[in-house]
Amino acid sequence: MGRYWQVLRLFWATAIAAELEYRINFVIAAFTSLGGLAGSLFGLFLFYRDGYQFQGWSWAEALVVLGVFTLLQGVAATFLIPNLNRIVDQVQQGTLDFVLLKPISSQFWLSTRTLSPWGIPDMAFGLGVIAYAGSELNLGLGAYGAALPPLLLGIVSLYSLWFMLGATSIWFVKIYNVTEVLRGLLEAGRFPMVAYPAAYRVFFTFVIPVAFLTTVPAELMLNRAGSGWLLATLGLALVLLQVSRWFWRFALRYYTSASS
Amino acid sequence: MRSHRPAQPLSLPRTLLSVYYAYMVEYRAELLFWMLSGTFPLILMGIWAEAAQGGQFSLDSSTLVRYFLAVFLVRQFTVVWVIWEFEKEVVQGKLSPLLLQPMDPVWRHFAGHAGERLARLPLALGLVLLFGLLYPDAIALPGLAQLGLGLLAAASAFCLRFLMQYTFAMLAFWTERASAVEQFWFLFYTFLSGMIAPLELYPDAVQAVVVWTPFPYLIYFPARLLAGFPLELGATLFQGFSVMLGWGLLFWLVNRWLWRQGLRQYSGMGA
Repeated sequence: MGRYWQVLRLFWATAIAAELEYRINFVIAAFTSLGGLAGSLFGLFLFYRDGYQFQGWSWAEALVVLGVFTLLQGVAATFLIPNLNRIVDQVQQGTLDFVLLKPISSQFWLSTRTLSPWGIPDMAFGLGVIAYAGSELNLGLGAYGAALPPLLLGIVSLYSLWFMLGATSIWFVKIYNVTEVLRGLLEAGRFPMVAYPAAYRVFFTFVIPVAFLTTVPAELMLNRAGSGWLLATLGLALVLLQVSRWFWRFALRYYTSASS
Repeated sequence: MRSHRPAQPLSLPRTLLSVYYAYMVEYRAELLFWMLSGTFPLILMGIWAEAAQGGQFSLDSSTLVRYFLAVFLVRQFTVVWVIWEFEKEVVQGKLSPLLLQPMDPVWRHFAGHAGERLARLPLALGLVLLFGLLYPDAIALPGLAQLGLGLLAAASAFCLRFLMQYTFAMLAFWTERASAVEQFWFLFYTFLSGMIAPLELYPDAVQAVVVWTPFPYLIYFPARLLAGFPLELGATLFQGFSVMLGWGLLFWLVNRWLWRQGLRQYSGMGA
């Protein structure tokens, strides 16, 4: 275990050193996040401006969901996207061979090799929105504490889904845009689940579990969902993580390396 | 050069188009995924349809469903990615051989986009029909005139968006990350074009400003024609097409100017 921590520290230190070469990119990313946040707020405001509200979600409560969504977007941009989209490259160019030969878990290597600070502005804005909404709703520290476990579990679920999609490139090779499909569907997490028609809700709970990524953490934070939901989030994260490990081992059996 | 003129007047565009169509059909699985990644309007469709049943909005539920299905189609019809290709050509020096051909390189990109449209269209229509089953009340074909105008508007929207992105692509002559400009521009496109809601539901002040920008004409204008919204003929149509034409001219002038300046700047990296 200690060895993994050490490797992780090395991975991230080198990744950050490399990214610091492109400081202007970071400024651009910050502006883009700010614009994106303004747009998201505007999009939500269109629903609320005439006195309509999503059933049981006041403006401030809906803001919590949007804040969690923005935060997750930042986490994905920093930790998930730079690594998992690269699996496709590795398979296509056959460099996966070198990863497999290393004496650590190949899934660990592929999932943590690099990180990009591009998502940090999104994370900061997401936290800002959550804090603003929290102060409007007079939430105590306990509420933030209650939100933390489901949020982390949600990130684990998201990672597992993304990793499995990336792993399918063992069979399909060129699938850069499969992850774009996932990203498109995750957009549904901007709004609380009750805002959707029943068919959508079923899809986003059981097929692509977007509900567990944003709505459930927000509900737990607002203290409106029982601990059953927390258990469900935990179960989902553990199952998806384990399935992703199995799936990776299964996929590797079909890996034949490039040009062979 | 007289003797090298093509035998038929339109044989060059026809050849280009059929070549790129064949190329796109070859990658139809990838095409399907690209299409599915554009589901944002369909997600919003669900929320607005639900919201319209509960709240007092100026549009009813099935109108909104029809609008968003039209948005989805228009969006599929106007996807543009020329800046990423052009950026790569400039950075890697691949533009150089293309400059030697007796044809402006833009036509290759344009034919690629047009060919992809043809390959994508059947897939997109299939998905719209699928959602039609979910909301059978919402399906209604607009009148023939309106359908024709809608298609014309969608085609113009595609041309305008292509022209705008190709203009930003010219910046690749000076910077390596021209696509960052496009990404920033895309935010305005997402939130002001009517992709997240029909313009009728925007606050009046925002509406008044936004109609002078190019954004609503890229999605909202063709989509409302295709969705068969009641049409105040004349004024709206005239305004729509003339604003598009105005922005198109402006971007065209800037584009040609940047192209000439850029070619002077271009040194054929890697050559």
